[in-house]
Order: sequence, then structure tokens, then C-alpha cells
Amino acid sequence: MTELKHYFAPTSLDQAVECLKDGDVTILAGGTDLTPQSQAGRIRIKRTLMNIRHIPQLSGITLEGREIRIGTLATITEIMEHPLVRQHLPVLVEACNHFASDQIRNAATLGGNICNASPAGDTLIPLLLLDARVELASMPEAKLYRHSMPLATFFVGPGKTRRSLCELLTCVRIPLPGEGHVAHFHKLGTRPALDISTISIGIGGTLREGVLTNVRVAFGAVAPTPVRAARAEQALEGQKLDAAIIDRVAAIARDEVEPIDDVRATAWYRKEMIHNITRRMLTHVAQA
Amino acid sequence: MSLKHDIEFTLNGVKRQASVDVTMNTLAMLRDVIGLTGTKYGCGEGECGACTIQVDGVSLNSCLMFAVDCDGRELTTIEGLANDSKADALREAFVEHGAVQCGFCTPGMIMQADHLLHKHPHADAECVKRGIEGNLCRCTGYKKIVDAIVAAEDGQRTAP
Ligand SMILES: Cc1cc2nc3c(=O)[nH]c(=O)nc-3n(C[C@H](O)[C@H](O)[C@H](O)COP(=O)(O)OP(=O)(O)OC[C@H]3O[C@@H](n4cnc5c(N)ncnc54)[C@H](O)[C@@H]3O)c2cc1C
Ligand code: FES
Ligand code: FES
Repeated sequence: MTELKHYFAPTSLDQAVECLKDGDVTILAGGTDLTPQSQAGRIRIKRTLMNIRHIPQLSGITLEGREIRIGTLATITEIMEHPLVRQHLPVLVEACNHFASDQIRNAATLGGNICNASPAGDTLIPLLLLDARVELASMPEAKLYRHSMPLATFFVGPGKTRRSLCELLTCVRIPLPGEGHVAHFHKLGTRPALDISTISIGIGGTLREGVLTNVRVAFGAVAPTPVRAARAEQALEGQKLDAAIIDRVAAIARDEVEPIDDVRATAWYRKEMIHNITRRMLTHVAQA
Repeated sequence: MSLKHDIEFTLNGVKRQASVDVTMNTLAMLRDVIGLTGTKYGCGEGECGACTIQVDGVSLNSCLMFAVDCDGRELTTIEGLANDSKADALREAFVEHGAVQCGFCTPGMIMQADHLLHKHPHADAECVKRGIEGNLCRCTGYKKIVDAIVAAEDGQRTAP
């Protein structure tokens, strides 16, 4: 246990990963999680507090080949207003629309939402539907090293990810969805604004002549991490979306999740809502 | 001893320097270090919007922002807007519509309304309601506030 000794605001990626080498660093992005968490004593700031705001390589939303790259520092507001995102990733816009308040959306970054690793993080479900990858940078030797992994394997538990202490999340990469791609997100809370999801559901895939393939089903706030629902996905894959299959998949989804009781809802309620909303969303997809 | 850091930023158009605790938030800096108390402390955790300020042209909750993160940036608080003739229409509309009762939420509400009108010059009541979702008011029931913001916009649009 060391106490906070340094504040550092690097202006290049190299400086940042160099600083991360000693592994005793707390990274600051928008601060909307870190400020309340550190002030309430839920987390302790490490030996160095590193503010990544002034590193230009970490911002921006661009099309690179067949991928959309979203820099870790892109705010929720920037994402939901960006023409590339609005055109190609409407499901991400849908989720950003339900995120906190305008003030928080103006400050909160995508990378902060991912690294905070809340099972209820609102951008995580659409990013799972879209097969997003996270890119991490570090400096194991004297040179900058980057690697990436699917977001689906990034989360380990509440607040825990596979990011090592020496790594910085630099961006998220999302393959451009192909023709016929559909994706929907539904967040259930008790009031429209500023609410942590009681549950959230995302369903996506390629829809051709009523048949859904490449199916992705993901749930938020029903497990220690945001999760893909493998059995529901399997049951849907290649199926024609009729009433019988929709009922069957909704039941599978309910049995597949193992939520907990907490202040926001009971496990029983969450399971019932997973069932009902999965059914409603699939019906909606079938009718589209 | 808590770690301090020197920062320099623009506050309401004037260059400022401050030596702040690295773990301090911007709201505490404004009120306790600089001495500008127009920005209010309501909840300290992003729920009420009483602490809303503008940084580099967007509105945010100063209680959710590290003070060191102000370094090199441009801040506007209610004190800055109060001296800005561009905000006259908004101020007059709040008075005219009775949108102020105890007044505690008002500085944050005005800062957010000003940002909203910049972004959506033709905001209707629905748009205004969405824009102030992060601002709580315990007195007015919101209707008068929404009416005032919509009217301020009409006023600005028809102004010569
Ligand atoms: C009142 C309130 C309402 C909220 N509502 C919602 C909501 O509706 N939906 C939702 O999903 N979230 C919500 N949040 C949570 C929060 O706003 C988001 O998680 C936000 O995206 C965090 O981003 P940030 O930039 O503010 O992160 P920070 O607070 O700066 O950082 C969050 C965490 O990520 C780490 N980190 C940040 N960037 C990197 C990086 N590049 N590499 C490695 N680690 C990094 C930090 O060290 C820290 O642990 C809410 C928070 C508050 C206070
Ligand atoms: S004091 Fe900052 S939002 Fe309430
Ligand atoms: S006027 Fe009293 S809180 Fe809004």
C-alpha cells in the first residue's frame, strides 16, 4: 500500500505507457466514475494519478478500412452525435441515448465505461452485439506494444478485466456491420434519466427473409459481467422468427441467466423481465 | 500530507492559477479555493446538477471532475454567465415565468439551459425536458423552468 505521490498528465502515448510500467498507477479519463468512487473511499488512488486527456492518439472516431475505430477518450455525447456511428452503428446510439444525463454524457468516455467494467455499463451490450475488440498498449521493453482482444473475453468480474496493470486501453474497433444487420438494445430502469440498469438486453444478427443468422444475444446486470447468452444464441441461429421459436428462446433466456437480488430488483423479477423483453424484442425484429 | 499540484486555466474569461489537492474535485476548488460560491453543492455524486458548469464549451457536473483536470482548459461558471449579455434573455425569461423559487437549483439550471440553447437553437419543450434531465428542482415542478427556457429561445430568435 503506497499513498498518492505523483500527478502526471502525459501528452504522448509513449510517455503514458512508460509511466504505466511500474504498475502502481490510477488512470483518469472523464472522472465520472473515479471522482465519486475515490471520494466515497470505494477505491484507493494508487501511487501515481495519470490523466490521459492530453494524449491526442486516444481521441477521435474514424473509419479505418472496414472498421470503425473509436478512441478511448471519445465521450458518450461525441459517439451518439458522430455521423459514422449514426450511419453504421445505430444500436450504439440507442444505448448512449439512455445513458445518465447530458452533463455526464459530455464528460464520460467510452474507455472509462469499458474499464469500469460494471455489469450494467450501457455501452457494453451494444459493443458485444457488434463484435467489438479492445486495443491495449504497453511497453514491455523499450518499444510500444499493442495487442487486441474481443470485448466478449475482456470482462472477468465486477470492476475486473483482463487488462494488466501496465496496459492502457487505446481504442475500440468495430467491424462495419454487413447488409441486413439488425440490432436492438433495451434498458430497463425505474426512471428514464440517471438510472443504473435493472437489466438491459441486446439482440443482433443478420436478418434475411425472416431468418436470423450470426445471432448475438447479450444481457447486462444479470451476472457479474455483461454476458453473451450462448444457449439463446444457439437456439436462434438460422431459425425463422415465428411465434413458436420466439417463445422457446425467451424461455431459454430466462433459464440461462442467474441474476442476483439487490436494491434495484429481485432475481425473480429480473428473470421474468428477461423473458418478457426478449420475447417483445424478437417479435419486434420479426415484424421489421 | 496530501499531494498538491499547480494548475492554470481560464475562468470566466480570465487566466487563473491555483494550487489544488490532487484528489480535490472542481466544485470544491471553485467554492473553497477560488471563493466563487454561485455553483452549488447538492449531492456531490452527479445526481442533481446543482454544480453544473461549462468546460471547453460543454456542460458538466463539477463535482464529478478532478480539479487538476481543469489545467489548460476554459471554464465558465454562473458568475461568468451573469455578466454576459448573451444570457440576458435566459435570465429575464426565468424571472418572467416565475421559474425561480428557493433558487438553489437555478445556477446549475441556467448553465445547463445555456448549453442546451447553444446546441439546439430551436429547442421545443420535449427537447428542453430531455436536456435538463440531470437537473433536479425540489420547488417548481419544472413546468415553469421548461416554459422559461423555451421562451428564452423564442426571445433570442426574434431579437434583432
Ligand atoms: C450519476 C451517475 C450516473 C451514471 N449513469 C450511467 C449510465 O446510465 N450508464 C452507464 O453505463 N454508466 C453510468 N455512469 C457511470 C460512468 O459515467 C461511466 O462508466 C463512464 O463511461 C465512465 O467514464 P469516465 O471517462 O468518466 O471514466 P473515469 O472515471 O475516468 O474512469 C473509470 C475507470 O476506468 C479506468 N480507465 C479509464 N480510461 C482508461 C483507459 N484508457 N485505460 C485503462 N483504464 C482506464 C479508470 O482508471 C477508472 O478505473 C454513471 C455515473 C454517475 C456518477
Ligand atoms: S452536486 Fe454535482 S450533481 Fe449534485
Ligand atoms: S427553485 Fe428550489 S430547487 Fe429549484
